Formats: sequence, C-alpha cells, structure tokens
Amino acid sequence: MLSKKQAKAFFLGGTLVTFLVFIGLTIYSFSKSNDQSNYGDITDSVVRGKEIWETNNCMGCHTILGEGAYYAPELTKVIDRLNEKYNGAGDAVIKSILMSPVPWQPNGRKMVAYSMTDAEASDMVAFFKWIGKIDLNGFGEVVGVNRKISPLSKGYNK
Amino acid sequence: MKYKSQKVAYWFFALSMLLLVLQITYGFIMGFARVGLDNLHDFIPFNTARAVHTNLLVVWLLSGFMGAAYYIIPEEAQRELVSVKLAYVQLISLALVGVVSIVGFHFNIWEGRKFLEIPRPLDYLVVVNVLLFLGLILITLFKGKRRTTTALVLSMGLLFAALLYIPGMLPFDSQVSDSFFRWWVVHLWVEGVWELIMGGILSFLLIKLTGVDREVIEKWLYVIVGLTFLSGVLGTGHHYYYIGVNDIWLIVGGVFSALEPLAFLAMALFAVNMYRKGEKKHPNKLALYWTLGAAIVSFIGAGLLGFAHTLPQTNLYTHGTLVTAMHGHLAFWGAYGMIVFAIISYALPNMTGRKLYDSARGRMAYWFSNIGMIGMTVAFGVAGVAQVYLERKMKLDFMTVQNEISIHFVVLMLCASLFTIGIILYIVDFYKHGKPTDEALEEQN
Repeated sequence: MLSKKQAKAFFLGGTLVTFLVFIGLTIYSFSKSNDQSNYGDITDSVVRGKEIWETNNCMGCHTILGEGAYYAPELTKVIDRLNEKYNGAGDAVIKSILMSPVPWQPNGRKMVAYSMTDAEASDMVAFFKWIGKIDLNGFGEVVGVNRKISPLSKGYNK
Repeated sequence: MKYKSQKVAYWFFALSMLLLVLQITYGFIMGFARVGLDNLHDFIPFNTARAVHTNLLVVWLLSGFMGAAYYIIPEEAQRELVSVKLAYVQLISLALVGVVSIVGFHFNIWEGRKFLEIPRPLDYLVVVNVLLFLGLILITLFKGKRRTTTALVLSMGLLFAALLYIPGMLPFDSQVSDSFFRWWVVHLWVEGVWELIMGGILSFLLIKLTGVDREVIEKWLYVIVGLTFLSGVLGTGHHYYYIGVNDIWLIVGGVFSALEPLAFLAMALFAVNMYRKGEKKHPNKLALYWTLGAAIVSFIGAGLLGFAHTLPQTNLYTHGTLVTAMHGHLAFWGAYGMIVFAIISYALPNMTGRKLYDSARGRMAYWFSNIGMIGMTVAFGVAGVAQVYLERKMKLDFMTVQNEISIHFVVLMLCASLFTIGIILYIVDFYKHGKPTDEALEEQN
C-alpha cells in the first residue's frame, strides 16, 4: 500500500517534471522556426490597434482567436467575412462602425458608440488584418468564410 | 473556535457573500441583455457587466479562500495569527482594490483581457495585498507548533496563486503571446493551484467532520494534488489549440486534458470514501453536505463537462462559444463556490457560538442553489450546442443564431432565479448566526 512519503514524492516529482516539460514546450512554441503568427508583420499600427482593443475591453462582448464573451461576433476573420458580404468593402465597413457617434445596433443588440478618429479606426483595421493572417491550426477556416476542416483529419493540409 | 484570531475569517466571509450578491446582480444584467432587454446599455454596457461579473467571481472566491486560510492556519499551526490588525488592513485593502476596479470598469478604465481586466496600476496594489496576506499566513505557519500537510498544501496553493499572477502583468505586443501567457494565470489558477487550495480546505473539513485519521486523509491529499498537477499543467495546452501557436499542443493538450477529470474523480471518491469510513457523529450536517457536494459537483462541472469539449476535434467547433460558459459555470460553482460555502458553514457556528447546524433554511439554500445552477448549466449547454451547429456547421450569421437561441436565456434566468433564492437563504442563515464572539472559544468541538 502507498505510504504518505511515497504519495508526497509522487506529488513533488510529478509537479516538477510536468512544469519542466511545460516550460520546454513554451520555449519550443515561441522559437522563430515555429512562429505561426507572422510576428515580423506586427507594425506600430497593429500594436496601437491592440492597445485600443484592450483599453475598450472589446473582448468583453466579442471574441478574438476564439476568446472573449460570446455576446458579439468572432472577429478573427472579420475583414475576410465583411469583404465577402460587402463586395470588398470590409475595411470601410469596420471603420464606419468604429467611428459611428451612435451605437451600432445589428438585429437589436447594441454596441458601444466609440466615435473613434480615422487614425484609431485604421489602427484597428491593421490589427484585424494581422490577426486574420495567423495560422490557427484549422480554426481560421471554422470562423472564416471557407469550409471548415478538422486539423486532425486526413484531408487537412496546413 | 480554538483561537481568538480566527474571528478575522468572519469578515472575509462576509465580504465574500456581499461580492457574490453583486456578481449575481451583474449576471442578471447580462442575461436580460441577451434576451433583448438592454435598457441599462448607456450606463452598464455588456462588456462592463461582463468584466464586473467575472472579476467579482475571482475576488469573492479569493476573499473566501483568504477567510478559510485565516480560520484553518491558526488551528493547524496551533497558535494565534501573528497579527490580527494587519489581517484587517489586508481585508480593507482587498475590498478597496475590488471596489475601485469595479467602479473603474463603469468608466472604461480597464485592461480588456478576459478575467484580468484590473488595470495594471491596481495590479501592483493586488501584489502588495497578497504579499501581506501570504506574510501573515506563512509566518504564522512557520512560528506554529506543528506544520501539517493540510496547512502546507493550502499555503502552497496560495503562494503559487500569488506567483502566477505575475505573467498576467507582463506587456506583449502580440495578441498570441498575450493570450498564451494570460492562460498561465487563468488556467494554472483554476485548474492548478486553486485545486491545491480546494484540496487543503477539503482535507481540513474531512478531518474535522468525518473523524477519519489525519494521516490517511493527508496521504490521499498528496495523491490528489499530484494528479491535479500531473494533468493540469500540461492540460493548459487545450487553450493553445487555436490561438496561433504550434500544433504540438493539439496532442499534448488533448492527452493531458483527457486526464484532468481523473484528479476530480479522485477528489470525489476520496471525499465520499472518507465520509463512509468516518464516524458520522459530527452534528454539522450542512457543512458535510457542502463538502461532499463540492467534491461531487466539481467532478461533474470541471471534470466531465470540461472533458466534453477539450478534445481538439470537438474544441475546433466549440472554441469561443457558449459551450465554454456551460462548463465554466458549473466548474467554478462546484470546485470553488461550494468549497467556500462548506468552510463558511463549518466555521460560522464555531466562531459565533450559534449552532444552527441543521436548519430547514440551510437545507433549502443547498438544494435551491444547486438545482438552480444545474438548470443554468443545462440552459447554457443547449444554447451552446445549438450555436455550434447553426453558426459553425451551417454557417448562419452570428446574430441570426443569437436570436434563435435567446429563448434558452429565458430558461437560464428562471434557473438563475432559483439559484439566487438559494444564495439569499444562505446569506440569511449567515446573518442569523450573528457576529463572532470570544465566548465561542469555550464551545469548540
């Protein structure tokens, strides 16, 4: 039967090993050769867009990379989606929503009226464009305009 | 109650209950908004209500954990807290940080990162607050007559929780890195170190309530927290499937997430077996209900419902949908909400001397809140699955789908009302116990 000492060794040993593996995998994930986010494409405008995204808590309603509040649409592929819906005018539609002085209200659900400047709205568009190009292991197809396919299925070509 | 300084726990528990009521209020604001009754939009838009709802959850649970630690550590270390005055300073500063953050959310002052919305300048105050708390707990433990496994596991959980707050304070220019390290805080808290805290409190309660030998309980405590870390640390990978990092996480996260329910299953079996082994003589049946309930509901909410959508093939479609809210609600309630209620139910009669052990109101609070929360979970689940099929499979527009599933939020709010009645009854019971008193020192078990 397991003794208390052995149980303690299992806890401490298991914890140490898994933490070390976890840190190793983190380093591996962020190595240059494994970059899926096009990190080099992050411009000052993208960074400003991210700051605007955070300071207005857009994630408090929307989702991005599948993370957020599920109250308003997923915005990972928003440019592609709106381009398809509005004949290539995705950038302009997004900017008009963000610059609107009255709440955007699609189907009755209100968005806060942010009254952004043209420059701020352009930074947001740059942020969405960068996000839209990240390789998301198949999730981009699920929330994008194309047919989705499981990354673990045989037909998935990365 | 064995030590006078344990009384400080009462005020942490009271703050915890107050914040819970506020959290529920903001939950209703969100529920009404989802069915189209968004009349408060100009003052409390959805993102404000959401940030308040989730941050209050974190703060009321932390306040409950801190109260639990202030109650448990003196008893385990067999000495008074090193400073009661500083514990009250810590309580007031915790309440202040919470209130300032929540008020700030109403004025667009936040960080806009899910669960970590508290703005960075206030993060430093959180750090000072937590350091003060840890100092008081660890020095008490260090100066104590004995260092039990229960106290060590609880303290270790609290210490790691504080350390893991740091990655959440680092600035990143990439949304991918930001998200990656945000999960170091959020996942490693709720599916890692908070389980240590839960395990420590559970172990303390089982020792007190069942009368089973401490050595037996603490041995299994090591096994459970060992399983928790073994599966939970690499299980963080299930948050990394689709956020823009290497697909190695699909395998690592998939395998280790599948193991995560084992830790919760072990916790449930452990609690039920200790109860069966025990003498069943302790009169505080309500505390026992909450203790066993926490172990079982956490297995269902965190273990089974978590597993229901953590396989990569499933998560590809459920990621970023209401299915996550289904799992989140029952998991937080079972694993952490109920264990806080358990320690309050155990400690309150001991601190106040009023042995309201088995009142009808207390039993109703237990059943109403649990049935209400299970109903809410089912409503979220039905809405989430419908959303996955309509939006992700059939490619319907987001808002079209939201309108289709809004009826489930009516059901959700009805169930939430039952849950709220349960919570109100619990708080009435809390109030009826009166204030903690030194006279209760004579009435220890």
